[in-house]
This record gives sequence, structure tokens and C-alpha cells, in this order.
Amino acid sequence: MDNSSSPSKTTNLSKSRKCQTVELSALEKQLINLLQHGLPVCERPFAQIAKEISSTEQDVIACLTKLRSEKVLTRFGPMFDAASLGGAFTLAALAVPEADFDFVTEQVNSFEQIAHNYRRDHDFNMWFVIATESTEEIDKVVQAIERKTGLKVLNVPKLKEFYVSLYLPV
Amino acid sequence: MSSIIQEQDKLTDQERQYILLTQNGLPIIQEPYHAIAEQMNISVEQVLSLTKSMQERGIIRRIAAVPNHYKLGYQFNGMTVWDIDDEQAEKFGDAVGQLPFVSHCYLRPRFLPEWNYNLFAMVHGKTEESIAKYRGQIKELLKEVLVTRNHDSSQNIITKSNDMLTSTAILKKTGLRLKK
Repeated sequence: MDNSSSPSKTTNLSKSRKCQTVELSALEKQLINLLQHGLPVCERPFAQIAKEISSTEQDVIACLTKLRSEKVLTRFGPMFDAASLGGAFTLAALAVPEADFDFVTEQVNSFEQIAHNYRRDHDFNMWFVIATESTEEIDKVVQAIERKTGLKVLNVPKLKEFYVSLYLPV
Repeated sequence: MSSIIQEQDKLTDQERQYILLTQNGLPIIQEPYHAIAEQMNISVEQVLSLTKSMQERGIIRRIAAVPNHYKLGYQFNGMTVWDIDDEQAEKFGDAVGQLPFVSHCYLRPRFLPEWNYNLFAMVHGKTEESIAKYRGQIKELLKEVLVTRNHDSSQNIITKSNDMLTSTAILKKTGLRLKK
């Protein structure tokens, strides 16, 4: 596994919340709603989708291309099970003293194996995903974070994952 | 199909190649699978049956559009965490995963005494009130299996059976990719 894109700067969610929502056309809304459930596996999937919503293949393709390039859709295509791509993962957390938060953020983010890191409102206020090639490497990274920060890592790898049917209608 | 995702077997070379070609997305063109077939040097029928086989085995979760939650107005998320009876955890975790506002649902080990929660479910909503309401709906669903723990009986401290952690900042975010 490779955490490919470069780490983004800290995004303060309460500041960025207000201005992000986009205006969508009727066709855009229809496609977003329909395609969250899935795309048929066939030679002309966009023609089939167009038939379902009384549109044309050409319009569906143009609309999806626009949504993708404007990043209203962050992904479009097969969603792979992360574990079957061959890596090992865990969710971990730290209870960081408020005064040290920025410093510890830098320390934790400096590990290339940290894929995501979120600040959350709890005693355990820093939550991150560690993604590595093997479970042995997970243990090594956990130990290295503990050494570097002097804090105990809450390490909670998944025992079971349940299928979800997330649907965000627009 | 089982509602619990099983550990995967090893990928074939062909499957690896398929993943490398599509992990950044399916081409948005009339015949997307033809484009993949051409690059893999196999027929479009083979690509379609490979796709279906990977779907059946859970290597492909779904082929779908993933919207940016924030841009659609879903600007609030909460990591709800629950201390539920281990015996019933799979059955109830499965039910929580079915709720349309849940994006991730996992059983994880407890880390006592600091962390007594074993079920994690991420919820998304357009307002703070909506995610509080979703937490309430999950609580209603789990009410029979929530665990009450006496954290410190001498001081009569009862550990909470559930909580919701909202994110206040993204500190790092990278994409996970299969290496070439």
C-alpha cells in the first residue's frame, strides 16, 4: 500500500463548513442519487442509466464528467475492499494534552503510514488510521508513535466489518 | 450474501492488473469496460465476468459514485461508539450497518478501562440536530444490548454505554492505493 497523495494541511471544519455546498441541476441530483446505489455491470452502463431516468447516454456522460472534475464526486468506479489490496490497517487514538496538540499532530503525521488523522472532541482527541504492508509493521508504527510522543496509543483494529448502505440523498 | 465481510484470499495477477487500472476510477465513456479490456489484452466479456466475480467475492464492494459529503450539504459527522453485549454484537452491528446514514460500521476490541466501546458507527447529516437524532435512532435499536458498567463501585462511577465523537479538524488525509 502507498499513501499516495501528499498530506493536506489541517482543515478546520467549522470554518470551512458554510461555503462548501454546491448548487446542483435536476439531472445532477438524479444521477448522484441513483449512482450512489451502483452502476450496472454491462458494456454500455451509461446508456442503461440514461434509460432509467429518461435521459440520453451523451448527457449522462457529460454530467458525470462535470461532477467528477468539480469533485462533487470524489470517486467514480469500483470501490475495492482495502484489506484485499494486501495491506494491514488499524484505527488508533491518542489522548493529547491540549497544549501539545499541534506538536503531537506533527509528530504523528510525520509517519508516512498514517493515512487519515482527525481531531475529535473527546479525551481521546486524535484519531488516525495506520495503513501498512503487514500487521507486524502496524505494531512497529504503534510502538514508534508511543516512543516519539510519550503517549499511550489506543489501538483498535477491526474485528468485524459490517456492510453498509449509506445513502446521502440530494 | 453474508453481511460480514470476510478476509480475502490472494489476488490473481489479472485481478491486480484490474485494480491498478481502475483504482483511480472507471473511465466515464460509452464503453468503459472495452477500454479496460484493451489495456489488459483480454475480451470485454472476460472483463465483465472478472468484475462480477470480484464483486461476488467482496473484493469490489460496489461500483458506484462517491459524493463529497460536504459539497452535498452533509457537513456534520459523528463517530458513534457503543458498549454492547459481545454475544449479540454481530447481529446488532449488522442492523446498525443497514441504516442509510451510517457510512462505516465495525466491531473493535475494547481497551479497558480507558475505552469500553466495541461497536463503531460513523453517521453523516446536514445539521448537528440530525446527527444527534441518528445517534438516538441507533440507541433505540441497541437498547436491549447496551452494557452498563460500574467503573468504580466505591465511588459509584458508572461508565457511559455510548458516546459520539464529532470531528473538529482534518489533520491529515491521503488516498490508499495499491502500489505498482
